[in-house]
Amino acid sequence: MKLPFLPEFDSIHFRVATLFRRSEVDAEMDEELRAHILHRADDLERAGLSRAEAERRARIEFGGREKYAEECREIFGGNFARTLVQDIRFSLRVLRKSPGFTIAAVLTLALAIGANAVVFGLLNALILRPLRVPDPQSLYTLEHGPDKDPGESYPDYLDLRDRNRSFDSMTLIGIVTVGLDTGMNPSQAMGYEVSGNYFDALRIQPYLGRFFHDADEHGPNSAPYLVLSYAYWHSHFQDDRNVVGRVVQINKHPFTILGVSPPSFQGTLLFFFPDFWAPAVNHELYSGQNILNVRDQQDFIMALGHLKAGVTPVQAIADLNRVGAWLEKTYPKTDAHMTFSLARPSLAGDILGPAVQGFLLGLMLLAGLILLAACANLGSLFAARAADRSREVALRLALGSSRRRILRAVFTEAVLISLAGGAIGLAGSVALLRELSVWHPIPTIPIIVPVSPDAHVYWAALLLALASGFLFGAVPVRQVLRTNPYEVVKAGSTGIVSGNTGRRITLRDVLLVVQIAICGVLVTSSLVAVRGLMQSMHSNFGFEPRNAMLVNTDLHMAGYTGDQASAIQRRMIEALQAIPGVKSVGSIDQAPLDGAAPNEDVFTDETTNLVPSKAAAHVMDYKVSPDYFHAAGTTLLRGRDLSWHDDKSSPNVAIINEEFARKIFGSVNNAIGRYYKPEVGPRLQVVGVVEDGKYFQLTEDRKPAMFVPFLQWSPAGTWVVVRSERDPQQLAASVRRVLRQMDDGLPFEIHTWPDALAIALFPSRVATVALGTLGMMGAMLSITGIFGMAAYSVSKRLRELGIRMALGARRREVLKAALARPLKLLAIGSAAGLLLGILATKVLAYIVYQANPRDPLVLGGVVLAMTLLGLVATWIPAQRALSVNPIALLREE
Amino acid sequence: MDQAQLLPGTLDLLILRAASLGPLHGYGILLRIGQISGNALLIEQGALYPGLFRLVRQGLLKASWGTSENNRRAKFYELTAAGRKRLREETASWNRLAAAIGSALAPQPEEA
Repeated sequence: MKLPFLPEFDSIHFRVATLFRRSEVDAEMDEELRAHILHRADDLERAGLSRAEAERRARIEFGGREKYAEECREIFGGNFARTLVQDIRFSLRVLRKSPGFTIAAVLTLALAIGANAVVFGLLNALILRPLRVPDPQSLYTLEHGPDKDPGESYPDYLDLRDRNRSFDSMTLIGIVTVGLDTGMNPSQAMGYEVSGNYFDALRIQPYLGRFFHDADEHGPNSAPYLVLSYAYWHSHFQDDRNVVGRVVQINKHPFTILGVSPPSFQGTLLFFFPDFWAPAVNHELYSGQNILNVRDQQDFIMALGHLKAGVTPVQAIADLNRVGAWLEKTYPKTDAHMTFSLARPSLAGDILGPAVQGFLLGLMLLAGLILLAACANLGSLFAARAADRSREVALRLALGSSRRRILRAVFTEAVLISLAGGAIGLAGSVALLRELSVWHPIPTIPIIVPVSPDAHVYWAALLLALASGFLFGAVPVRQVLRTNPYEVVKAGSTGIVSGNTGRRITLRDVLLVVQIAICGVLVTSSLVAVRGLMQSMHSNFGFEPRNAMLVNTDLHMAGYTGDQASAIQRRMIEALQAIPGVKSVGSIDQAPLDGAAPNEDVFTDETTNLVPSKAAAHVMDYKVSPDYFHAAGTTLLRGRDLSWHDDKSSPNVAIINEEFARKIFGSVNNAIGRYYKPEVGPRLQVVGVVEDGKYFQLTEDRKPAMFVPFLQWSPAGTWVVVRSERDPQQLAASVRRVLRQMDDGLPFEIHTWPDALAIALFPSRVATVALGTLGMMGAMLSITGIFGMAAYSVSKRLRELGIRMALGARRREVLKAALARPLKLLAIGSAAGLLLGILATKVLAYIVYQANPRDPLVLGGVVLAMTLLGLVATWIPAQRALSVNPIALLREE
Repeated sequence: MDQAQLLPGTLDLLILRAASLGPLHGYGILLRIGQISGNALLIEQGALYPGLFRLVRQGLLKASWGTSENNRRAKFYELTAAGRKRLREETASWNRLAAAIGSALAPQPEEA
């Protein structure tokens, strides 16, 4: 049977063959040179020689026929491809003769290029590649104020949308979590709440059914429509095309499914692929709060849109600032700092953008260093090979080869190795990137890292491979150019003065030191990162995640609002407390370190004009139940805990943390009994002070925080902390039973608290894995580098070592003679690497929690690691040096 | 027989001169150079060909296949118009140079 692709393959093969076939010019030239020799032979025969002898003499007289043919070909110039094939054949032969060298070189490069391809793939997917929407270059999101806050309030959004003159149409998105009941198991789903013009503004067409439009909205809660994402439709509705028009329950309100988005469109935030899109005018149905008229709720939504054709970002910013000035003037109570900037929407503007960018650029730098180290490594290997092959080079020069041709051969070899390494590295990195794109780092949230590689990645890998090939291929150039065939052939192999035996510093030494220094940097940074992660796992969060369970639910999703919700929440806490083995139970409206950071401005009691510019502090704002601190393991420093009596009928109270107390009241002791004012609502009296904690991310500085009784505030979200030493599995089952008994329509999720911390630890985990991997690669490269150098230096000096031993040198002296130099270079390189690494890890402190390069454990670890690397790498050469048999060696010559 | 090493660049001139007397194949050119120089010049036979190819490429010679006096197929070279012009110029320039060098190297009266 003939496979369908064979004809094509045949034709390609044919084309390649003609390309490299000996050209007509070549055949003609051959015939001409042969004719010359025959004519000469005719003459010689006439002079009395036998025909055979005549032809022999004629050939000798003609001289180096191949050499002249080569010169002629060069004059015609058209033989690039042919010479290339010759060079490649020759190089392959040479490389096959030293498989150890070839494999080591190819693998080294495969690792280095693979690492670069992976990092570049990430960079490409997350930063360089625009969102998959039509015309992504003109799509911007708005940020305002000095902190580049991407959140706008809904009324501000409406004003910005209607008053700007530079956006085609401005749309908004917010992230909502809802209880979605399709008639079977109610479950939490996360999606975007968007303005009606969202799909029209982004110019997206539905895959199935239709999208909602501006005309579908008529004020609050008027548009109960839902658009499913392709992925959610696929996983939750099994590609059922009849889904259009179906009514499902969102937080127990009926919503009609209008359509399904195309598979290529995964929302406008890169990490966060929504399950659905629903109109933001229904915000109250999702969260239980009506924010559509609240101008100072600025953390719900992002505004974004395409700039009009011909409008530059600078013009757009000027235009937005004009609207901003109007907003500040018209709404001085709520709107301050309304100066705008534009950002790419894909990484939530400047919330994630700079961090991700900084991290990836840092990684790219480190990966680049790896490649540089690999090139230095291969460069010194090539230099050593060139020194070993100087006799061959000299012979070829003597036989009439041009230096250019020899250099071409060297470069061909280098590029072949780099291409092979590049191909293997790329294959590995593509596999890794594919894994990454289906990876679900945090099970509770639809976060996806969309990094499938594309043509950019392939090109980058190819370019890197070629560039590195030329880089390390260039190292032995000087050696080849300086080879004097006469001297080398005369002196014989033993007379070649090797760079290693001399006292002067050779290029190879420098390369090795550079390489080890680079590896030292990598090892240092990876140790710092690993140590930082270890410390962050054991640091004080301001709560104790061990032996605690988090139950995440949202009473609004089950249709409870206001006081009704508070009552059911209290019943829930009491019911959970009754579970045997449960020590304490408390609730908070947003678990700390879970990705969201509810915050607001507070004012001193003396402030009367509550505008943002007069705020005393910007604080974390939590609504907690009595006993929350007990359940969470947060230490109460002064005053009292909240109680069930702190409800709507009692005075408004708050518990604050140490930082809050210090910042507003001067000290912890000073704070108890004092008053302050929140943005809205009555003044609050401080009744207790708790220890500081981490609220938004592990690397944050101390932040002021306030905790107010949920009975007085009726929050939307509920995270119940259940502290118990029982087995988490059993406990979860009991919790589930209790909650189902209370309300079987209530969507909830149960996690152990350490599991739930995955979000907070995610960046440092990623950083640690990445840096750890790069550090390992650095370590491997330094082993191969030192090994190559030590092995080479031993093999060059075997005879000398043999003589020394024959003359009675001791093992120690032999070892010193053989390995002193590589070890010295290792020491210099490591010291330089350590120093540079310490400088570099200052950068790491942004990502890795508690990255402290001056940690004695890290310093000791680096020194130990480099020493071990040195020992491992020099072990085999040392054994070889010690096993020298002087008699056998001297007899060989 | 004492043979002089060729000065660099002079081989092309000799080839043009040899080919100016009528179409010749490579070996014939070699013989002709030997003949007109009285066998005083040492030329490695193969070295002729890069020179020939270069001149063809520069458009000073043109080549065509034919049959030689030995009844063998061979490539014949003859001068193009440009080649003829170049030969004239180069010959004149060589003569000037040779005269100058010759007179510079000739024994001067005070040396005698």
